[in-house]
Amino acid sequence: MSLAVDDLRVYYRTLKGDVKALDGVSFTVADGEIMGLAGESGCGKTTLGKSLIRLEGRMKHMGGTVSLEGESLPIGDDRAMAKYRFKRVSIVPQYAMSALSPTRRVGRLIADLLESRGAGFDEMRPELVRRLSLVGLSEEVLERYPIELSGGMKQRVVMVLSTLLDPALLIADELTSALDVSTQKAVAELLVEFRDRGFVKSTIVITHDLSILYQMADTILVMYAGKLVEKAPADAIVESPKHPYTQLLLASLPESGVRYEEERLTGIPGRPPSLLSPPTGCRFRDRCPLALERCAEEPPFVELEPGRHVACWRAA
Amino acid sequence: MLTLDTVSKTYRVGTFGGGAVEAVSRVTFDVRPGEVVSLIGESGSGKTTVGRMILRLTPVTSGTISLDGQDVSRLGGGALRGYYTHVQGVFQDPFSSYNPVFKADRVFELVRRSYLAGLSKSEWDDKRRASLEAVGLEPSDCLGKYPHQLSGGQLQRILIARALMLELRYLVADEIISMLDASTRIDVLNLLGDLKARGLGILFVTHDLSLGNYISDRTVILRRGRVVEQGPTAKVFAAPRHSYTRMLLACVSQLHRKWEELPSGSTAPRTLGELDESGLVAVDEAGDHLVAPEDAEVLA
Amino acid sequence: MTTTEHAIEALDPQRGVTTPVATPPRRRNETLYFALRNRKLLIGLGVVLAFLVLAIVGPWLTDAEPFEFGFPTGEPPSRAHWLGTTASGQDVFAQFVYGLRSSFVVGALGGCVAALIGMAVGFAAGYRGGVVDELLSMLTNVVLVIPTLAVLIIVAAYLTVRGLVAEALLIGLTSWPWAARAIRAQTFSLASRDFVSLARLSGSRGWQVIVREIAPNMSSYLFLTFILLFGGAILTAATLDFLGLGPSNTMSLGLMMNTAVISSALQLGMWWWFVPPGLGITAIVGGLYVMNVGLDEVFNPKLRRT
Repeated sequence: MSLAVDDLRVYYRTLKGDVKALDGVSFTVADGEIMGLAGESGCGKTTLGKSLIRLEGRMKHMGGTVSLEGESLPIGDDRAMAKYRFKRVSIVPQYAMSALSPTRRVGRLIADLLESRGAGFDEMRPELVRRLSLVGLSEEVLERYPIELSGGMKQRVVMVLSTLLDPALLIADELTSALDVSTQKAVAELLVEFRDRGFVKSTIVITHDLSILYQMADTILVMYAGKLVEKAPADAIVESPKHPYTQLLLASLPESGVRYEEERLTGIPGRPPSLLSPPTGCRFRDRCPLALERCAEEPPFVELEPGRHVACWRAA
Repeated sequence: MLTLDTVSKTYRVGTFGGGAVEAVSRVTFDVRPGEVVSLIGESGSGKTTVGRMILRLTPVTSGTISLDGQDVSRLGGGALRGYYTHVQGVFQDPFSSYNPVFKADRVFELVRRSYLAGLSKSEWDDKRRASLEAVGLEPSDCLGKYPHQLSGGQLQRILIARALMLELRYLVADEIISMLDASTRIDVLNLLGDLKARGLGILFVTHDLSLGNYISDRTVILRRGRVVEQGPTAKVFAAPRHSYTRMLLACVSQLHRKWEELPSGSTAPRTLGELDESGLVAVDEAGDHLVAPEDAEVLA
Repeated sequence: MTTTEHAIEALDPQRGVTTPVATPPRRRNETLYFALRNRKLLIGLGVVLAFLVLAIVGPWLTDAEPFEFGFPTGEPPSRAHWLGTTASGQDVFAQFVYGLRSSFVVGALGGCVAALIGMAVGFAAGYRGGVVDELLSMLTNVVLVIPTLAVLIIVAAYLTVRGLVAEALLIGLTSWPWAARAIRAQTFSLASRDFVSLARLSGSRGWQVIVREIAPNMSSYLFLTFILLFGGAILTAATLDFLGLGPSNTMSLGLMMNTAVISSALQLGMWWWFVPPGLGITAIVGGLYVMNVGLDEVFNPKLRRT
C-alpha cells in the first residue's frame, strides 16, 4: 500500500467559522496506481491534494492521518513536511508553464531546487538529461531561458522536474484544465509513461474532467461536499456507476458523444450544501431523486465488491 | 442572416506600431436563424476576436460583417445601438460580467435606460418576469441579489434573459459554460437549444469539441486565425478532411471510448472545384462542407 | 475565479484573491468595522479634524484681526494673547487660526482642481486608448517633468494680483499629472473587464461607461487620490507663501513663517511665532498622509494586520 489516508479532516478558518472542506475521508492508493480524484468545485478535491503536500493560508489539519509507504506524514507541521516535499511527495501544479521563473536559465533553476533538497545537480545531471530526451527535449534546454521555450516544452520540463527524485506520490492538480486538447492528451500519456517507467509510484490526478480520467486513470474517486462518494476502477465507474450522484453526473456530460436531437442530457437541480454548516446525514440527500428516510443517517464508505467502494444506503 | 465575409483583424505591435500580427485572417461563414454554429478553436485561434468583432467591441481591419445584407462592420452611435437590439453577447466568466459594486439585476436596468425607457413600471416588471421565466429562472430567486449570492449558472441565464428583452435575433455565446460546474453546464447548454427552436441564430464559441458535437448544427474550425474546415457538424465530425480537424478529434477525451478506439479518419481527397475568396474548397457536391487545402504555411 | 473561490471570499473577505478596489455595499458594514478599528486612520483623522475645527471656530474665539497692529510687540503667550504677539505687534493666535482657514481652503480648492483634471485626463486616456491615450500621456509627461516650483515662482512673480483662489488654481493646474497616470492605469485594467463590454453592448455611451461602471469600481482609489492631492496642495501653498509668493492680502501659515524669518524670530527666540504655523502644517499634512495609509489598509484586505 503506497498511500493510506484515514479519516482526514482539513478545515478552512474564516471569520464566520470553519469551512469543513474535507470532512473525514479515508482511502488507499496502491503502488503503481493512477487514481483520479474527481468532483465539482467545492467538493474538497483541491483541498485534499493540497493537504497532502502543503497546507496553505487558512487551512488547518483537524484530524486524521496520512501514511506513505508505511511512514506517517506530518502534514500538519509545515517544517517537518519539508523533508518529504519533492523527494517523497511531489506536485505538478496547475499552470505548470508559468511555474518556471523567467529570470533564470532552466538548468540553474533545476540546480537550485536540487541543492535546496540536498541532492547534487552534477550527480543528477545524467539522469536528468536521460529523462529530458525521453520526453523529446534535448540537453541544450538546460541552457535556455523559459521564455525561449514553447508552452508544450515548458510543460514537459516541469513534469520531468517534478518527478526527478522518483517520488512515491505525485499529485497532479488540475493539470489539464488550461491546456489545448492535443497538449492534454500528451500530458496524460506522459503521466502514464512516468508510472510505467517507475519514476513515480502512486499518482493522484485531480480534475473535474471525468472523461480524461476515463482515458488515463486506473481508478476514480468521486467526491461531493467534502466527503467521498464512490471509488472504483475507471471503466467500471463510467460504465456502471453505483452512487446516484455519479450516475447523474455522468448523465449530464456531453463527452458521452450524444447529440441534442437524439438525446437530451439533464443536469442535477439544486446546489451543493454550504460547508460552513453542512447538513447531517448524506450530503447529497437534498438533490437525490432516490433519497430514503434512512439517508438522514450518514452512509459509510464501504467496499461492496473488491475494489468498489460506495457511500450510499441504496447501493449497499 | 448574419454573414462574415473575408473578415480579418490585424494588431499593430512594436515601437510606433511597425510590426503587425494577424489574429484573424479572411474568415468567412454565416449564421442563419434557428441554428447553432460552433466556432471551434484552441487558444490563440482568434475565435474570441471573431466574436468580439461581430459584437462590434473590436474594430474590423478588413472584410465585412453584414446583418441581412446590411454592412454593420463600421457602425457607430445610434445605428450601433440599433444593431445591439438584434445582436447580443454573453461571455465566459459570469462573475466578471457583473459590476461588483451593484446588484445583479442592474444589468436589466442598463437595457431599460437605453432601449425601454418608455415602458411603465408594470409593463417593465412583466417584461422582465417573462424574460426570466423564458430562461428557466424564478424571479423571486434572483432579483434584488448581489452577484456573489447567485450561482454561475444563474448569472449566465440572467445575461441571456437580459439579451432576450430586446428583439434578439443572434446571440454570440463565448465559452459561456466553461466556468460552470458539470452538473449545471448542461442546463445552460440545453437553454441554447430552446432558443434555437424559437428561431434565434447562435454562434457558440468554444474550444470543447464535445459541446460542439452536442448542440451545434454547423461547425467552423479555426486555427491561428484561419478557417481550416467548416460544414454540418455531423459531416465534419464523422468524416473530417483536414489534418488539423482529425488531430483535434483524435485527442478529444470521450466517455465510453478510449483514445485508441477512435477512428483514424479517411485519406485526403482530391481537390474539387475552385478555391473561394476565403481560401476554402468544397469537399463534395452538396457544397456545404468546406476545407482549406493543406500546405506548408498552414501547417507551420 | 472559480465558484469555490467566490464562495470562500464571500464568507471571508480577508481571503480576497485580487486587490478589491471597489467596496460592494454589502461589505460597507465591514469596511466601517475595520475603519473604526484602524489606528492610523483614527489618529490621522483626529488630528486633521482637530485643526479643522480650530480653523472654523478659532476666529470667533478672538477679537483680534490677523493684520491688526497695535498690540505690545514681541510678547510671549499670555492670557490676553494666547500665542503671544509678533515683532510688529500683531496677535499670533489670530494669525494662526485665519492662516489655518486659508490653508484648508487652498487645499480643498487646489486639490479639487487637480483631482478633476487628473480624472478627466486619466479616464479619457485609459478608456479610449490609441491616439487619444498617446496624446494625453505626452501631455501628462510634459507637465510632470516641468519643475513645478520654478514655474509657480515665475508665474507668481509676474502676476500682479495674487489672491487665494489664484494660488489654488495654479497649484491645481500643476499637480494633477501623477493622479492622471494612476487613474489611467486603473482605468486600463478595468476597461477590459467583461462588465464594461456588457455596458457597451447595452448601448451606454463612453462617458456613461466611465461614470457609471468604471468610477464606482475605483471609488476608494479616487478618494485616496483626493486626500493626497489635498495634502500636497496645502504643502505647496505653504512653500509658496513661505517664499513670499503667496497672496499678500490673506493671512496664511506660510506667510507667518516668512514674516517670522525675516524678522529674525529664530535668533530672537520668539518660538511662539514660528513654531505654531510650522507645527500646524506638519501636523495637518502628516495627518492626511497617515490617514491615507490607514484607509488603504481598510480598503485592501491584504494589507490588514489582523
